[in-house]
Amino acid sequence: MSVEVRNITKKFGSFVALENINLTAPDGDLVALLGPSGSGKTTLLRIIAGLESFESVSGADILFRGVSVVGDRLSERRVGFVFQHYALFRRHTVYGNIAFGLKVRRGKERLSSRAIRERVMKLIHLVQLDGLELRYPDQLSGGQRQRVALARALAIEPQFLLLDEPFGALDSRVRQNLRRWLRRMHDEIKLTSIFVTHDQEEALELADRIVVMNKGRVEQEGTPTEVFHNPKNEFVMDFLGNVNLFHGRIESGRVFLEQSGIIANVDDRKRFFVRPHEIELVPDNIDNAGLPAKIKRVQLAGAIVKVELTSIENNEIFVEMSHEKYAVHKFQNGDSVFVVPKNSIVFPEDYSI
Amino acid sequence: MTSKIAPVILILLTFFYLGLFLVLPLAAIFVEAFRKGFAVYLNSFNDEYAWSAIRLTLLTAGIAVPLNVIFGVVAAWCITKFEFWGKNILITLIDLPFAVSPVIAGLVFVLIFGRQTFFGEWLLAHNIKIIFATPGLVLATIFVTFPFVVRELIPLMQEQGVLEEEAAVMLGAGGWDIFWRVTFPNIKWGLLYGVILCNARAMGEFGAVSVVSGHIRGETNTIPLYIQTVYDGYAAGASAFAMATLLAALALITLIIKSIIEWKEKRRER
Amino acid sequence: MRNPKQHNVLPGFGLTFGFTTAYISLLVLIPLSLLMVRAASLTWAEFIKTVASPQVVASYKLTMGASFLAAVINAIFGFIVAWSLVRYKFPCRRLIDAIVDLPFAMPTAVSGIALTAICAKNGWVGSVASIAGIKIAYTQLGVLVALTFIGLPFVVRTLQPALEDIDKELEEAAESLGATKFQTFTRVILPSLMPSLATGFTLAFARAIGEYGSVVFISGNLAYKTEITPLLIVAKLEAFDYAGATAISVVLLFMSFILMFIINSLQFYGRKFK
Repeated sequence: MSVEVRNITKKFGSFVALENINLTAPDGDLVALLGPSGSGKTTLLRIIAGLESFESVSGADILFRGVSVVGDRLSERRVGFVFQHYALFRRHTVYGNIAFGLKVRRGKERLSSRAIRERVMKLIHLVQLDGLELRYPDQLSGGQRQRVALARALAIEPQFLLLDEPFGALDSRVRQNLRRWLRRMHDEIKLTSIFVTHDQEEALELADRIVVMNKGRVEQEGTPTEVFHNPKNEFVMDFLGNVNLFHGRIESGRVFLEQSGIIANVDDRKRFFVRPHEIELVPDNIDNAGLPAKIKRVQLAGAIVKVELTSIENNEIFVEMSHEKYAVHKFQNGDSVFVVPKNSIVFPEDYSI
Repeated sequence: MTSKIAPVILILLTFFYLGLFLVLPLAAIFVEAFRKGFAVYLNSFNDEYAWSAIRLTLLTAGIAVPLNVIFGVVAAWCITKFEFWGKNILITLIDLPFAVSPVIAGLVFVLIFGRQTFFGEWLLAHNIKIIFATPGLVLATIFVTFPFVVRELIPLMQEQGVLEEEAAVMLGAGGWDIFWRVTFPNIKWGLLYGVILCNARAMGEFGAVSVVSGHIRGETNTIPLYIQTVYDGYAAGASAFAMATLLAALALITLIIKSIIEWKEKRRER
Repeated sequence: MRNPKQHNVLPGFGLTFGFTTAYISLLVLIPLSLLMVRAASLTWAEFIKTVASPQVVASYKLTMGASFLAAVINAIFGFIVAWSLVRYKFPCRRLIDAIVDLPFAMPTAVSGIALTAICAKNGWVGSVASIAGIKIAYTQLGVLVALTFIGLPFVVRTLQPALEDIDKELEEAAESLGATKFQTFTRVILPSLMPSLATGFTLAFARAIGEYGSVVFISGNLAYKTEITPLLIVAKLEAFDYAGATAISVVLLFMSFILMFIINSLQFYGRKFK
């Protein structure tokens, strides 16, 4: 295991920012710390980097390749850190920024200026900024600054790369391009990396592993497929995508959704979580498995068709389907239909969304 | 209707007020200095006491300003880069000389080192002169001018935050490299402005040095004190104003440098 | 939710904190506390006799009165200057903006003799005033002129950034809701400028109270009439009356500290309600 975090707790005054965090980032993986703002993910990243202290409870430790780095000087940790707003040195050129970590080396480690130049130019080429080396940060676009920050972090040949909301400050188009570029680059250099994001799509698309965080705790850790298809709890399910909530009961292996007028036995009452794409809309209530609802809005623009409905109890239901599927019935606004969940997840009722 | 007249009135009032209170006095210095002709003006500097006053002023500022610059940078680093208990008390203490009358600033040093105290007697016995001598002038000048550099730096460094310095730490830089390669380039213009303002005040300080100087001609008279001595003397108004033109020119240069710095900063922001 | 105030990774805290506190203690704290110690060694009767003597009381009245009036003048005209500089474009605007700082940069003794020169009977301003039968130099009016001069930049420089910060949208919103220009000014603009205006006013006031250099030349230093408090301290010192000088200094310091406390509170208030 490459980066290991053990029993980390962090308090700001009486506020508990992180509570007993344990996680591992395997060698060569790209790991996402995913959570809403305030979940403690940035604090955790800064603690791994050594920029922030943590509570010294027994067992609390941070290990790089199995060796504790707590107490090491930051310069010895050799961690590449990309700040959320890049923190580029505004009075240095692109070249100066990238070369910084090499120029401040002392003693044996010091490189000749030729060696520095070679390495910096190679990095500039890697991050596709050829020809811009003499520009200053305020003469660059957001995406270019991002790549300078990345090259600067890579210049010191870090053991690991930590990125704080790497795409947070970019507009959506640039973000998409950079995301793919970063994934390709990671596949090339295979550097163990941890990045913080609040965007579930970004985490699902980019990461080898996702650590879902909420209120200073790790809710779930796993591959994107695991956390998306087998969420451990309602929070994870809700955070990783849209979800519909139904009440109902299970009787002899069959799900009966609660409808107005039918009062289920409270003890049997269960909450069913269904993703929008796992719902089917039918015109007739075959098998009595459906829930009556009215179509409020149909959005046809896009790769899939998005339908908004209201149930008789006035709850909102979101459904997604392919254009082919939509073409079968061609529902219109105001049509009465039946909602049939194809796949649902039931959690113990100790959580609420 | 009103919206057309109001700006004109306000702008005219601005010109009137600043013209009356700033431009007229400034002009008066030069007019008075040259009233009796250029030769008399030049002749004013043909005086050994005038030159010793100039030398003493340069010496005093030459010691006080560098010390306050070092203090200013160190204190600003401490205050803006770290969070600690008692920070606001420290900032208030730094502002204190602004609130203390320069006369009192001089008085406190007279009270410490003057003849009437135990310590003063000891100094006298060992033939160390502080009051009515150069060290006293330097101390009083340091007291009066020490907030200038740090006051200029604190807001600047606060606004710039610590992210660039943190980034430098992550890249393996030590304190020295962080300061010279990252922090200093970011604050150099503000620092320069603090330095010239501190210098202008150090060279021009009157109240505090007046109290500790003893007005010994040729020994403890700085330029402002020399101006007073000459001004109060008989019919030598022109030479007082001639010396005053030196300090007025220094003030103007200070303002010009300040404007250039501001102009540079504005252009950078755009 | 990271606390942005946690910067434990940067080096140099111990060194810089130690140096800063040592420098301040040696230069400011210890000397000023020695002043207090000296004052405390006076008996109460001695103290009162000095600080409440008619000549000294007259100087408080002049110092406080003239400083207050000067601050009022600067508040009014400083507002006009700051407003013109921020809101209007006119010839020489940059030059005017630069020259506002002149009283900061100009040595007080130089300002003093320059103001005296123009306000004297045969001076540019003095000769005009004497036609109307007004004497400026060597009167209390002269003290007011000097204190107005040295306090001039404070209100302008505290108001300028505040004026620049005012959200144009706020004004437009007020006007779109039917407010007249005058209403917008008194109800929207003025309230948001009040903390800055008050801070500038108090700074000018505090500066004027301790001022010495520019006043001694123009005031003429007539006992009971144009003697300011700092001048009395110098006079006592020149007569080697250290106890007297200390006593008056403590009173003057006390006034300055009250004003400084007000400034700090205003700035705190201003930040809080930004």
